[in-house]
Amino acid sequence: MLEIDAVHAGYDRTTVLHGVSVAVPEGGVAAVLGHNGAGKSTLLRVAMGLLRPRSGTVLLDGEDITRLAPHRRVARGMAYVPQGQQCFPHLTTAENLRLVADGRVNGRRAVAEVLDLFPVLRELSGRRAGLLSGGQRQQLAIARALITRPRLLLLDEPTEGIQPSVVADIEETILALAGRHGLSVLLVEQHVGFALRAAQRYHVLEAGRVTSSGAGGTAAERTVREALSV
Amino acid sequence: MTVVLNQSFTGVGIGAVLLLVALGLTLTFGQMGVINMAHGEFIMAGAYTAYVLQRSVDGTGLSLLLALPPAFLVAGTIGALLEWLLVRRLYARPLDTLLVTWGVSLMLQQLARDVFGAPNVQTRAPDLLTGNVSVAGVTLAANRLAILGLALLSVLALTLVLRLTPLGRRIRAVVQNRDLAEVSGIATERVDRTTFFIGSGLAGVAGVALTLVGPIGPTMGTNYIVDAFLVVVVGGIGQLKGSVITAFALGVLQSVLEYSTTVSVAKVAVLVAIVAFLQWRPQGLYTLRTRSLA
Repeated sequence: MLEIDAVHAGYDRTTVLHGVSVAVPEGGVAAVLGHNGAGKSTLLRVAMGLLRPRSGTVLLDGEDITRLAPHRRVARGMAYVPQGQQCFPHLTTAENLRLVADGRVNGRRAVAEVLDLFPVLRELSGRRAGLLSGGQRQQLAIARALITRPRLLLLDEPTEGIQPSVVADIEETILALAGRHGLSVLLVEQHVGFALRAAQRYHVLEAGRVTSSGAGGTAAERTVREALSV
Repeated sequence: MTVVLNQSFTGVGIGAVLLLVALGLTLTFGQMGVINMAHGEFIMAGAYTAYVLQRSVDGTGLSLLLALPPAFLVAGTIGALLEWLLVRRLYARPLDTLLVTWGVSLMLQQLARDVFGAPNVQTRAPDLLTGNVSVAGVTLAANRLAILGLALLSVLALTLVLRLTPLGRRIRAVVQNRDLAEVSGIATERVDRTTFFIGSGLAGVAGVALTLVGPIGPTMGTNYIVDAFLVVVVGGIGQLKGSVITAFALGVLQSVLEYSTTVSVAKVAVLVAIVAFLQWRPQGLYTLRTRSLA
């Protein structure tokens, strides 16, 4: 589905990714694990087109999309939930969702569907998104990404910085999404246990390089923890 | 009492003009952060559009009303072209944008001189707008009333577009979080151009209105550009409501001071008042505040 191949990328003079290759199988979940600053978010920014790599390619369904604008990637079935529970703070919850649904076939139905998935957003529909709690904003962020009915979902630390009471909810939703037919997921995480539960394949990223990869599942937990503690 | 009322209305009239010329800037400067020194020349483009239309269509003043949509289109198109050719390459470089658009402003002025000649020209106002209207002993100039009406209508239209339409949602979203808008599937560059088109088009509308109160000339825009920026800065960047209040407040202040002193003294006093106000509230009258940005 998605192949990131030998990508070098960075900002100004610093290079963050030194030849990273990660693949997401059709309908499957791939997890990228690593510490802060390992380059996980940069990898997702490259995958989504917010950052142009210095070299290397990004392929979607075998087609080179390395230089395609992010909004065109969305049109091809990609969606992205960036780090930090991002939203449009001065738009209401409902407007945040309608904005994405505008001009789409079955846009209204897509909004109704994501509201069924996150019922709490329905009660908050008139409130400005900037006034929501972190957990609510993350639910809004995931809902926003799902409105375009993606085939590939990129998630950047979806439970980071969220009150513990909501973390379980969000993790459950993501596991449910991961099991959905026809949805592939690239999950970037620091929480090894959760990531391995969701993923069929994992990659450990350290200082901009993939240092180990393997099959997902809870059995891999020990190997990954050891790889990360070095 | 009548004097006070008359003078306040004069102030409201000045305020309406200020509001009209600043309204487009609330989008291009307030929302997008572009310091567009050529905004005044979009006003001029609107005014000349009215002039050309009146000469080629008919001599009656009614064509001024008909000139509003074409003036919006002409000024908007020039603006969109400027955005596409230059401004979009200079986002996040405000000083370069200022210099480049200033250069464009001078070029457009020279272009107007070459095409229409250096002397000022005039349009004929509709008969309806030439006299005065008396309400309860207060004499109101009909052309000022018309400008006030046009200013309020423009504010209303802009507010409705921003609040209620899909385009308005996109414009606000791109301003608030560009990257997130882009990864949500919004073609942000196209939204930029559309925003610039509307902002510049509103300057064109202002240009038509200004033909009611003054001559049309190559440098007419420069008379208003500083005031327009002042209104947006004092009102609070990105806040339509702040600009509306500021425009009328400055207009009334100007007219009251003019009555008790002279025009130049009043102008200086207003500028001093603005400087003092910005010392006290550098962020302007209204600011955006949310939990996420706190």
